[in-house]
Amino acid sequence: MKSKKKNTGLIFFPAFDWAISATHPEREERLLYTQDQVFEEGLLDLENILEFKPGIASYDDINRAHICVPDASSLATKSHLISAGGAITAARKVMTGVVDNAFALVRPPGHHAMLVAHGARGFCNINIEAVMVEYIRKNFGVTKIAIVDTDCHHGDGTQDIYWNDPDVLCISLHQDGRTLYPGTGFTEDFGGPNALGATINIPLPPKTSDEGFLHVLDHVILPVLDEFQPELIINSAGQDNHYSDPITDMCFSAQGYARLNEKLSPQIAVLEGGYSIERALPYVNVGIILAMAGLDYSHVLEPDYDPDRIRQSPAISRFIENESREIIKLWKSRKSMKDRIVGSAGYVRRSKNIFYDTDGILEKQTETVRVCADCGGLVMIESAADTGKKIFAVILPNRCCPECRKNGEIFFERANPGQYNHIYWQDREKDEFTVK
Amino acid sequence: MILGIDVGGTHTDAVLVENFHVRKKAKVRTDNADIMASLLAAARKIVSKQNIGNIRRIVLSTTISTNAIVQGKTDRVGMILLCGPGLSPRHLTPGKDLFFAEGYTNHRGITVQPVNEKEISSIGEYFQRENIKQVGIVGKFSTRNPEQEMNVAKILTVEQRNFSLGHRLSGQLNFPRRAATAYLNAAVYDIYQGFVREVQKFLKELHMDVPVYILKADGGTILIEKSVSCPALTIHSGPAASIMGVLATADIQEDAVALDIGGTTTDISVFADGVPLLEATGVTIGERKTLIRGLYTKSIGIGGDSAIRIVEGNISVGPDRDGPAASLGGRVPTPTDAIIVLGMSSLGDTQKSFDAIGSIAAQLNNDIASTARIILDKTIAVISENVRRLIEEVNNKPVYTIHELLEGKKIEPRILYVVGGPAEALAPGIANLLGYAYKIPEHSEVANALGAALARTTAELTVLADTEKGELIISEEGFTKKIPHNFSSAKTIEAGKEALRLRAVKMGANINDLEMEVTDFQEFNMIREFYTTGKNIRARIQIKPGLIAPVPLRNQ
Repeated sequence: MKSKKKNTGLIFFPAFDWAISATHPEREERLLYTQDQVFEEGLLDLENILEFKPGIASYDDINRAHICVPDASSLATKSHLISAGGAITAARKVMTGVVDNAFALVRPPGHHAMLVAHGARGFCNINIEAVMVEYIRKNFGVTKIAIVDTDCHHGDGTQDIYWNDPDVLCISLHQDGRTLYPGTGFTEDFGGPNALGATINIPLPPKTSDEGFLHVLDHVILPVLDEFQPELIINSAGQDNHYSDPITDMCFSAQGYARLNEKLSPQIAVLEGGYSIERALPYVNVGIILAMAGLDYSHVLEPDYDPDRIRQSPAISRFIENESREIIKLWKSRKSMKDRIVGSAGYVRRSKNIFYDTDGILEKQTETVRVCADCGGLVMIESAADTGKKIFAVILPNRCCPECRKNGEIFFERANPGQYNHIYWQDREKDEFTVK
Repeated sequence: MILGIDVGGTHTDAVLVENFHVRKKAKVRTDNADIMASLLAAARKIVSKQNIGNIRRIVLSTTISTNAIVQGKTDRVGMILLCGPGLSPRHLTPGKDLFFAEGYTNHRGITVQPVNEKEISSIGEYFQRENIKQVGIVGKFSTRNPEQEMNVAKILTVEQRNFSLGHRLSGQLNFPRRAATAYLNAAVYDIYQGFVREVQKFLKELHMDVPVYILKADGGTILIEKSVSCPALTIHSGPAASIMGVLATADIQEDAVALDIGGTTTDISVFADGVPLLEATGVTIGERKTLIRGLYTKSIGIGGDSAIRIVEGNISVGPDRDGPAASLGGRVPTPTDAIIVLGMSSLGDTQKSFDAIGSIAAQLNNDIASTARIILDKTIAVISENVRRLIEEVNNKPVYTIHELLEGKKIEPRILYVVGGPAEALAPGIANLLGYAYKIPEHSEVANALGAALARTTAELTVLADTEKGELIISEEGFTKKIPHNFSSAKTIEAGKEALRLRAVKMGANINDLEMEVTDFQEFNMIREFYTTGKNIRARIQIKPGLIAPVPLRNQ
């Protein structure tokens, strides 16, 4: 055993009475066999694994990370408040030094929920990592945070929330968007004009196995983290890269997941997707818990585990090696990139259509960012959904500069209530949220 | 009449109870080298030729197994573990004759790897060579399918070899604890069986033909002849006797806290609606965490004999004991001495208490009475703070459904029951700090024996219906049966209750005492490829710990 024992907090909340619908992958049964395995292994009896009851997040906690349309109480049900609360509990236990690291093994998940949320997309209503990150920034004065999204689907919600934030590094590794929901997360998506390089996407070809994941970990993620120097690393821990997952097409194993967590060594892990509830989750979760606790995970093997059968092809290995080099090249050029991309523009605008697959909503959104050398920049969003709701939001970043603040105040003041259902003011620096 | 005897670490108490009234009581010192002698000595003090014919039932609470473990007088145990994948087996250390063998079952009870007959046979040869007679067999997820444990036992069956199978001792998941439980069961098997034989021989000599019960750690009783195969369940019954004693001496119906203030420690226990709380998974014996069902109790290092010292100019109480109270010849002042100084007791040589407290007072430049008051207040504060924290801990136990998290029952005690030597002096203060009312029950000096005498038979079962597999399983009974795909949760519980009723009656329960309760219930639709393929239904059903019903008692 190489690593040292750590005190690991476990916030286990399987929400055994909550489902999106009766036969949905995100249903009551999802963590049942994980619970069985965790209990049967006696993990909660180990002196360095401590279980905590999740707290319940407040609407104020949600409003720090999201613009919920029409409001947080319409989007966040009790189950979402508990799963976000579970993530917050994990953070609190780590930040107050009760444990060295913590795993929020909670559901429902959240990484597809974007900054503006009109409903549920990709099984997510509320981005529980983002709610947690904002909670940490407000209560513990942490500035630089890295989120490594190891779910098989692109962490598009988390990316969206931190697109313009140079202090939150979002790295997502996922199955290539051309072959899987949500169809985004390409290497050229690299962050907003004031936060270039704070978003990094690592799309991986279908059938990538342990070697491929560990290659990008060693050759992209760890070197980037080393340079970014975050105060806190969060693993947005989806488990659907597993070779047995029914809705994805990757070849990652429990051993691979455990090794990844051991090397990444996140202070906080938050469960995201993963729908192979019998063949993968019990083993992957036990593997992650043991790896975080610095315990021997070498015996955590799926009953049908056969590394030769799932090993990626040499072509995939070559592709990943090449891609890793390209991403690092991009990362190294991030500082010189701004002039080239932004030029002399004062504001940068991007428009997008967002489809809420879970709730069947289509949203058209325009995001305008003030180009700023001193902070993440003032962000304004105009959004209209086919629910008939049209909104405008002014968002001030954490560590906002006076110029962006002054401009934001003027835009909010001038926004015409006759034109929108709601006009939102979200000040991440002063922790203010108002609606007019 | 019922004869109840509790063999405690220090004293052995005996009571004769008739219609819930204590008719006779006695207390003798326990001889830990000869438990049987202590038992008989206590019995002889209250049983006479005149009343022996009226005794209808005998209940014993004994430390025989616990002592064997503490004194290292247990048997050598051959352990066979079918580990499967998961936590490294290095974490498992039940005994030295330990074998990790092939074969395992998954969480659904599906056999993934079969048992290797040749391997098991060669382990059997080792047991034979080493003359190991006690064998523990535990498989991962064996509570979901006991077949492999039973297979291994079958392969190893020879005369004079006893098997402790994991799935029989508890239906709960927790492989390391199951292994520890089976190990302990096997380790005390022989010594316990010897004890049972002695008890039976003695009763035969007296021509007494009445049922004899043994108190288990969960505060319930079991017929002595039925306890032979599961002696582990009787380990650690001491705290159970004490808690049942409080229940027997006080009519508890509500959320409550009970304190047993002894010399060295104070034991805290909690009641929810008058029912004592059980350990969530099982009791801990020494360093071993087990699945032995036991009443929840927390022992804190403060009591009547706690040593009083001055630490950095302040008075400190405990957590250690350095001999008895000064009034009884001890070397250091204790809370008991403070109680004597304050005129609330006159135990032993009271002048010695004044001298001992006086020396503390002199060092602090204070008068004796206020120093005694400070000591008492400090003792009271420590105990009440521990009670407060314990209740908070109980209420913070993790839950796994939204419903439970938002609406789950909170324990909100309003009353404190206090037994033990310093009860009278400390109870008002502790209750005051906690904002509770308090009561000091009668007969508390023999509460343990009384608790044993009046405890009912308890039992627990875990039922699992997997309609996709078409199978229902009750681990503790080693019972499996085929079920149709439309088998319902109501039918699962019905099947469980029927099995529990039979089990409890076999263990010696009176049919008036079968107060059943579903303590845990979960039902899941099993979805595969977006279609419902079955239901996974889990239920844990128990007969609550409590007192025997008064009606049949009157008939005795």
